[in-house]
Amino acid sequence: MIDILRSEWTKIRSVRSTVWTLVITFALMVGLGALLSGSVKSMAEGPVPAGQAIASSLLGIMFAQLAMATLGVLVISSEYRTGGIRTSLMAVPRRISLLTGKLVVFSATSLVVCALACAVAMGVGLSITQPPGLEAGEFLRALVGASLYLTACGIFGLGLGTLIRHTPGAIVAAIALMLVLPQLVNQLPGQWGRTVADYFTTNAGMLLVAGEGNTSLGPWSGFGVYLAWIAAATIAGALLLHRRDA
Amino acid sequence: MSAIRATNLSKRYGGTTAVADLSFDVEPGQVTGFLGPNGAGKSTTMRMILGLDRPSGGSVLVAGRPYAELRHPLRKVGALLDAKAVHGGRSARNHLLAIAQSNGIPASRVEEVLEIVGLREVAKRRVGGFSLGMAQRLGIAAALLGDPEILLFDEPVNGLDPDGILWIRTFMRKLAAEGRTVFVSSHLMSEMAQTADHLIVIGKGRLIADTSVQEFIGRSSQGYVRVRSPRLAEVAELVKVGELHPDHLRVTAMSTLEIGTLTARAGIPLEELTFVQPSLEAAYMELTKDSLEFSA
Repeated sequence: MIDILRSEWTKIRSVRSTVWTLVITFALMVGLGALLSGSVKSMAEGPVPAGQAIASSLLGIMFAQLAMATLGVLVISSEYRTGGIRTSLMAVPRRISLLTGKLVVFSATSLVVCALACAVAMGVGLSITQPPGLEAGEFLRALVGASLYLTACGIFGLGLGTLIRHTPGAIVAAIALMLVLPQLVNQLPGQWGRTVADYFTTNAGMLLVAGEGNTSLGPWSGFGVYLAWIAAATIAGALLLHRRDA
Repeated sequence: MSAIRATNLSKRYGGTTAVADLSFDVEPGQVTGFLGPNGAGKSTTMRMILGLDRPSGGSVLVAGRPYAELRHPLRKVGALLDAKAVHGGRSARNHLLAIAQSNGIPASRVEEVLEIVGLREVAKRRVGGFSLGMAQRLGIAAALLGDPEILLFDEPVNGLDPDGILWIRTFMRKLAAEGRTVFVSSHLMSEMAQTADHLIVIGKGRLIADTSVQEFIGRSSQGYVRVRSPRLAEVAELVKVGELHPDHLRVTAMSTLEIGTLTARAGIPLEELTFVQPSLEAAYMELTKDSLEFSA
């Protein structure tokens, strides 16, 4: 397995798309966070509450999540586009091991970059808003939550890429599942509609970033629901990878 | 033990049969040509050998095992399927390094194979900018990484210039001379005639022939004797069984010695008296004419 991890690390670090998507993630997090923190500060009459200050500094996550999902998609779909997947499978014919290697290397890389991006975004944002009485625990919880959420979004992309194999198709699916549909299901009527909306992908996952629950889910249970969505996409992709001709 | 053994191998895509009940062995120490018209099922068979496509029936073993069960398969089997199937954004060196690492092959070996195929100067360049000839060399470098005893090449000379073709041909001969198994597909008989020792010919996914190159020529069609003379009409009259063409006589039923004796006795001078070997191309066309997917 260590062989596969080293190989996947070489692959992920040696293409430009990795660097670009990670730079974009970083820029979106820090830039948008700073922008919104500035406008919150200027509009506030008096000190900005800690909760609002943290939320403003992490606003970039709405867009950064798509950059991460795109990178996740590309980790596998670029191999299908070029035909390089055959080379990969000739080298590692145990297909699930190959996918596991990609998942591990991509998750570790993402987690490091996302934690760094979130930390800098929060640092810049909070230094602008200057909220009084900010607790270290609150800061840390938001940092961990946002980093995990962004990394999970990347893995969602990797799962969808494995399932769909086609770069534009997988990216459209990621945007639909992470951005468009969560908004639409929020409009569903009645208690049943409320439950669907609460449990829908990023609606549930973002609870970890917001740090507060809704009517039916807490931050961590919400994130758990999001991970279940991601697992479903990834397992479906893994089954097809195992069965299909390459 | 054969290096590659296919047993009743079949592959169907929906209603189409790409490979049907194909059985053959590929032996070490020689170049085995895998020959057939386009669409005969050569690439599909190669993909099944390499565990990329799942057979619909039958099985194929490489080094005595199904490919997927080989630990560090690249140390046993090297293959070049599609030279352009690489991520264009990666450098040649990183491309090879990722492949090497996956099979526990040391990074120093990457430099060795770059040297062997003559790509060391361009090792840092992105492979997207490579010409087909360079991409082909890169693919061969990847196949050689694990110093494998079994090598598969799918249409390796397609689209190459004469220099490249000669290089690959010489290289395959060298690999076979080292005792390795070289299994190379082509739809060009003339190419195989100069490279292969043994031929496996398929058409419409079925086995047509599995023989040595020599046998293949002998079995398929006869040669003939070409006679040219300033007094050609007289020669034709003399040998009786010939087929008269404007500038030569074509005889299949008599040997050069018999014809020469006859004409010498009659005192007829000859310009040419040659036994013409049937070309492999002709033999191949004859064999596969019934199995072409699309005929002109």
